[in-house]
Amino acid sequence: MKDTETDADPVLRLDGICKTFPGVVALADVELALYPGQVTALVGENGAGKSTLVKVLTGIHQPDAGTIRVDGAETRFPSAGAATKAGITAIHQETVLFDELTVAENIFLGHAPRGRFGLVDWTRMRGDAAAILDRIGARIDPRTPLRELGIASKHLVAIARALSVDARVVVMDEPTASLSQAEIEELYELVGRLKSEGKAILFISHKFDEVFRIADRYTVFRDGEMVDAGLIADVTEDQLVERMVGRSMDAIFPARTATPGGEVLRVEGMSHPTEFADISFTLRRGEILGFYGLVGAGRSEFMQALFGVTRPSSGTVTLDGRPLVIRSPADAIASGIVYVPEDRGRQGAITAMPIFQNVTLPSLAQTSRHGFVRMAEEFRLARRYTERLDLRAAALDQEVGTLSGGNQQKVVIAKWLATRPAVIILDEPTKGIDVGSKAAVHEFMAELAAEGLSIVMVSSEIPEILGMSDRVIVLRDGRIAARFDREGLTPEALVRAAAGYETAA
Amino acid sequence: MIRSFLRSREAILLAALIALVLLVETRFAGFAAPSNLAAIFNDTSILVILALGQMLVILTRCIDLSLASNLALTGMVTAMLNAAMPDLPMGVLIAAAIGLGLLMGAFNGLLVWKLEIPSIVVTLGTLTIYRGLIFLVSGGEWVNSHEMSAAYKALPRTEILGLPLLGWTGAAVVAAFAVGVNRTALGRAFYAVGGNPGAAIYTGIEVGRTRFQAFVIAGGLAGLCGYLWVSRYAVAYTDVAGGFELDIVAACVIGGISIAGGLGTVTGAVLGALFLGTIKNALPVAGISPFWQMAISGAAIIVAVAFHARRQPGRVILKPEAAR
Amino acid sequence: MSPTAEARRLPDRGTGCGARILRSWELLLAVIAILIFIANTQASPYFLDPWNLSDATFNFTEKAMIAFAMAFLIIAGEIDLSVAGIIALASTAMGWALQFDVGAAGLAVIGLGVGVVCGLFNGVLVTRLGLPSIVVTIGTMSLFRGISYIVLGDQAFNGYPESFVWLGRGYVFWVVSFELVLFALLAGLYAVVLHATNFGRQVYAIGNNPTAATFSGIRVARVKMILFVLTGAMSGIAAICLTARLGSTRPSIAFAWELEVVTMVVLGGVSILGGAGSIPGVVLAALIIGMATFGLGLLNVPGIVMSIFTGALLIAVIALPRLYRLIRTGRAA
Repeated sequence: MKDTETDADPVLRLDGICKTFPGVVALADVELALYPGQVTALVGENGAGKSTLVKVLTGIHQPDAGTIRVDGAETRFPSAGAATKAGITAIHQETVLFDELTVAENIFLGHAPRGRFGLVDWTRMRGDAAAILDRIGARIDPRTPLRELGIASKHLVAIARALSVDARVVVMDEPTASLSQAEIEELYELVGRLKSEGKAILFISHKFDEVFRIADRYTVFRDGEMVDAGLIADVTEDQLVERMVGRSMDAIFPARTATPGGEVLRVEGMSHPTEFADISFTLRRGEILGFYGLVGAGRSEFMQALFGVTRPSSGTVTLDGRPLVIRSPADAIASGIVYVPEDRGRQGAITAMPIFQNVTLPSLAQTSRHGFVRMAEEFRLARRYTERLDLRAAALDQEVGTLSGGNQQKVVIAKWLATRPAVIILDEPTKGIDVGSKAAVHEFMAELAAEGLSIVMVSSEIPEILGMSDRVIVLRDGRIAARFDREGLTPEALVRAAAGYETAA
Repeated sequence: MIRSFLRSREAILLAALIALVLLVETRFAGFAAPSNLAAIFNDTSILVILALGQMLVILTRCIDLSLASNLALTGMVTAMLNAAMPDLPMGVLIAAAIGLGLLMGAFNGLLVWKLEIPSIVVTLGTLTIYRGLIFLVSGGEWVNSHEMSAAYKALPRTEILGLPLLGWTGAAVVAAFAVGVNRTALGRAFYAVGGNPGAAIYTGIEVGRTRFQAFVIAGGLAGLCGYLWVSRYAVAYTDVAGGFELDIVAACVIGGISIAGGLGTVTGAVLGALFLGTIKNALPVAGISPFWQMAISGAAIIVAVAFHARRQPGRVILKPEAAR
Repeated sequence: MSPTAEARRLPDRGTGCGARILRSWELLLAVIAILIFIANTQASPYFLDPWNLSDATFNFTEKAMIAFAMAFLIIAGEIDLSVAGIIALASTAMGWALQFDVGAAGLAVIGLGVGVVCGLFNGVLVTRLGLPSIVVTIGTMSLFRGISYIVLGDQAFNGYPESFVWLGRGYVFWVVSFELVLFALLAGLYAVVLHATNFGRQVYAIGNNPTAATFSGIRVARVKMILFVLTGAMSGIAAICLTARLGSTRPSIAFAWELEVVTMVVLGGVSILGGAGSIPGVVLAALIIGMATFGLGLLNVPGIVMSIFTGALLIAVIALPRLYRLIRTGRAA
C-alpha cells in the first residue's frame, strides 16, 4: 500500500496478516490501516475475506501470521475481551445477540455497569442503554426481551452494543443491510458524529453509493488478498467494481441465447403471517428468474415456504397447469420443485457424510431395491452428476466437510439435479465460493436453462443478477417492490427498488 | 415489574403451588398453616439447593446426572470421618464435604471443558463411578445413628425462629443465588453461554470455562447436601439418594429451566423443587398412598415441559403495521 | 468447465477396506473384549465352563435388545430414558393379566403391546409437540414406573405359567438359551436395517443434520416416531424376557437400566450427539459389559464395584483419544 500523505498516524495497523482454514486460504498477506476521524470502506465480493478480517480484528480468530499494531505498538488479541480492551468494537454482520435476554443486557453483556460490591447495577444499565438507543434514534424499550424484536430492531441493538464501549476503532460489517431508509439516514449521521469524535471507522459495504457518500478511504479485497487501497476521492465507482471483481463484466457470465418457452410454474398471492406478503409470479421453461433484495428482505423465507419447509398462510402454486399442495419438502421434491439453500453447512450438505450419500439422499428410491441400498447404483448416480459439475475431490466416499466451499456447493447442486426436477431454486448459489467454482456454477446454470430446466435464482450480488437473469423480481420488507425485464435492468434501478428510494419502477 | 411477573411462567407455577396447598388444606385442615409450610420448606431444602446447582449447569446447555452420587459419597465420607474422629469440629467436616463435592464437580467440568465430552456422557459415567466409590470406602457397611456424634446429627436440626438450620441453609443458598445469578458477571455468563454459545465468544466469555464453573458450583452444593442429607436421616449407606439425580432434573424442568439452555430463573427452580416437595408431603396427609408420588411427578414434568414449550419465531420481516 | 468427453473419473473409495477397519472403533472394542476374555480365563478356572459362559449371557441379552433400538434413536439425535419404566409397566400389565389366564402368548402380546403404546406416547410428545426427548422421557420414566407403583405398591405379581417362564429361562439346544438366540436374531436384523436400508441411511442423515435432512425431503418426524415406537417395542420384549426369567414382577424391576443401556450404546461407539455409530459396535459393547460383569462376579467382586468399571470404561474410551489429540496438538503449537 502506497502511503499517501496522512494527517495523523494510524490508530490501527495490520501487516502481513494470514489466516487459513482447512481447505481455504481466507486471508493472504493482508494489510490495513485505520486513521482517527476517517472512514475506511472495505469492499469485496462475498468470500473475499472481509468477515474473517473482522473476526481477526475483534479477537475471535487469531491470525496465523502477521502483526497487529495499536498506536504503533505491536499487540495480540487472544480473545474478544482483549480486542475490546484495546478499544476496538464491532457491529457484526450476523446477529451475535441473545434472544432470551433483555435489550439492555444484550447491549451491556460483558461490560455491565457495576454498583456496590461489584454487583451489576440494573437501573443504571437500563438508563445507559436507553441513552445509547436514543443516540442512534432507535425507539426500543431497553427492558424488552430481544426475541420480541423484528430483524431491523435487532440490528439496531447490535449497533447500540458496539457503541456501548468507549472505543477508538469502530468496525461496521454491512451495518445497513437490513435497515429501512430512515434508519440508514440516522446511521449515516451517527457515522458523521463518530468521525468528528476522532474515531477510526472501518465500514464494510456492498453498496457503492453508500461507500462514496461516507468513506474517506477505501480498501479492496479479492479472494483473501488486499488488491488495492487509497483515497475515495481518487477513484470512480467503475474502477472500484473492476478491482473488486478483477475482470470485466462480459467475461464472467456465459452468453445466454435461448429464449424461454411456455409457463411452467405459477405462484399466486403467497403470504406468510410474519415473513412475506402477497407474492405472485410465473416462471417459464428454460428461464432464469432472479430474485434480488437486501439481506432480510424475505427472499429465502419465501423460497422455503414455496419448498414446503414453512407453511404460508395463503396462496396457490401451479406446476404445468396442475395445482400443487406442498406441505413438506418431500411433497415439493415429489412434484419436481427443488431448493438449493443459502446456508450450505446447515441446510444443504450433511458435512459429516460422504459425497455419494449426500448426492443420493433425496433420490434413494431411484438407487435402492425393496428399500435396500445398492451402493453401486449410488456411486453411479453420484458420479454422473458430480463429474458433470467438475467436482474436485479425491474420491466419492470423501466426507463433504473436507471439501472447499465451492466443491461443497457442487455436491449440493448435484444432489438436487439427481432428482431430475422441473424447477430448481438456487438461493445465493455462489455465496462464499472461489472465483473458479463461481464461473463453473454460472456456466452450468446457463446450460441447464438451455436444456429446459426452469431456474429461480436468489442473489444479493448485482453482477450475478444482471449477468444471469432473464427477468428480475425485487423484494423489499417481504413484498414485491419491483419487476424488471432484461431491458431496463440497471444496477441503479435494482438498488433503488431494493432500498426503497422514491423512484421505484 | 409486577405486571411482567404476573405474565411470567413463574407466576403460573406459583399459582399452581398455592392451589395445590389450598386443595390439600380442604382435605386436611392445618396443611397450609405457617408451621407446616415451614416444615415442608425445611424438608425440601436439599432438593431446592441441588436444583439451583443443576440450574446453572442446565443454563449452560449441559446436565449433571452425578449430583446424587456426589451427595451420597460426600455424605458417607463425612459420616465415616465423624464416626472415626468424633471430636473433629463440625466446621472442618462441612468444609471437607464442600471441598470433596467441589472436587467431583471439577472432575466433571474438566472433562466437559478440556476434552469437550458431552456432559450427559461424562456424568452418566461419574454417576456410577462416584456411587461405586461409596462401596469402596465403606466396604458396603452402613454408618448408623449411634456411631455419629450428637453434634453431627444436631446441627441441621437446630431451630432458629421456628425454622431448623437445614431450612435456613436452603434459604441462604436461595438468597445467594438470587444475587449471584442476577447481579454478577459470572451469573450472567451462564445465561449467555447457554442462550447463544457462538455469540458468547464475541462478548469475551469463554464457553468451556463457564461450563466448568457451573459444574464446580453444582458439585460443591452437592457436597454440602451430602452432609445435610446424612445428618438429617442419621444414616449413611451405599444407596443413599439413589435415583435422586432425576428428581433434581425434574425440579428444574417443572421450574421452567429450559433444557436447551439460557432460559430459567432462580424463582423457577425454587418453585419447581417446592412443588415436588409439597406433593411428597401432601400425599400422606391427603390419604393417598405414597406410591402415587412417582407417577404424579412424572406427569408434572410432562405437563410442565409441554407448557413451557415455545415456538421459534421467524425473522419477522414484515413491519408490524403491515403484518396486521 | 463444461463436461468434457474425457471427464475425470472420480474413484468410488479413497481408502481401502483394510485401512478403514484398522482405524475403526469396533476394532478397539474387539481388542478390549478379547483382553477381558483372556483376563477372565486367567482369573478363574470356572470361566471357560460352557454353562458358566451361557449364564454370563443373561447379564447383557435383555439390555442389549433395548440398546439396538436405542442406538437408532441416539444416532437420530434423540434419546429415550423411559425404557426401564416401560419394562416396569409392561411387566406389571402382564402380571395383572395373569388373572385372566391368557396363556404365554397372550402375556407376550400384552407386554409387547404396552411397550408399543408407551413408545407411541413418547413419540407423540417429541415429534408432534416438539418437546426435547431427554426431558419428555425423564417424565415418562417416572410416569410409567409410577403407574406400576400405584398398581403394586410393595406387592408383587407371581405365578407366571411354566410356558411363559421358558421365554426367560429356556434353552433352544444345549447351552444356547432362547434369549441368546433372540439377541442374535435381533442383532442381525437391526444391523441390516441400519447399515443396508434406505431407512437406516435416513436415520444417519437426520442425526447428522436434521435441517438438511428435512430439506432433502426426509420426513423427519415420521422416522423419529417409528424409532420411539421401536424402542418401546424392544423394551416390551425385554420386559417379557426379564419377567419370565425372574418369574415375578415388582415395581422396582429393571431399576436404573436406562443408564446401563445408554452406557452400552455410547461405549459401542454411537455418538451421543447423533449421526454416527454401528450395531456391531453395540454388540461388542454388550459382550464387554457382560463378560466383565461376569468375570468380576466370579472373583466375588460386588455388583456396585463393577459399575465403577463400566462408568470408568465409558469415560476412558471416549476421553483417552481426545486427551491424546489434546496433548499432540498442544505439543505442535
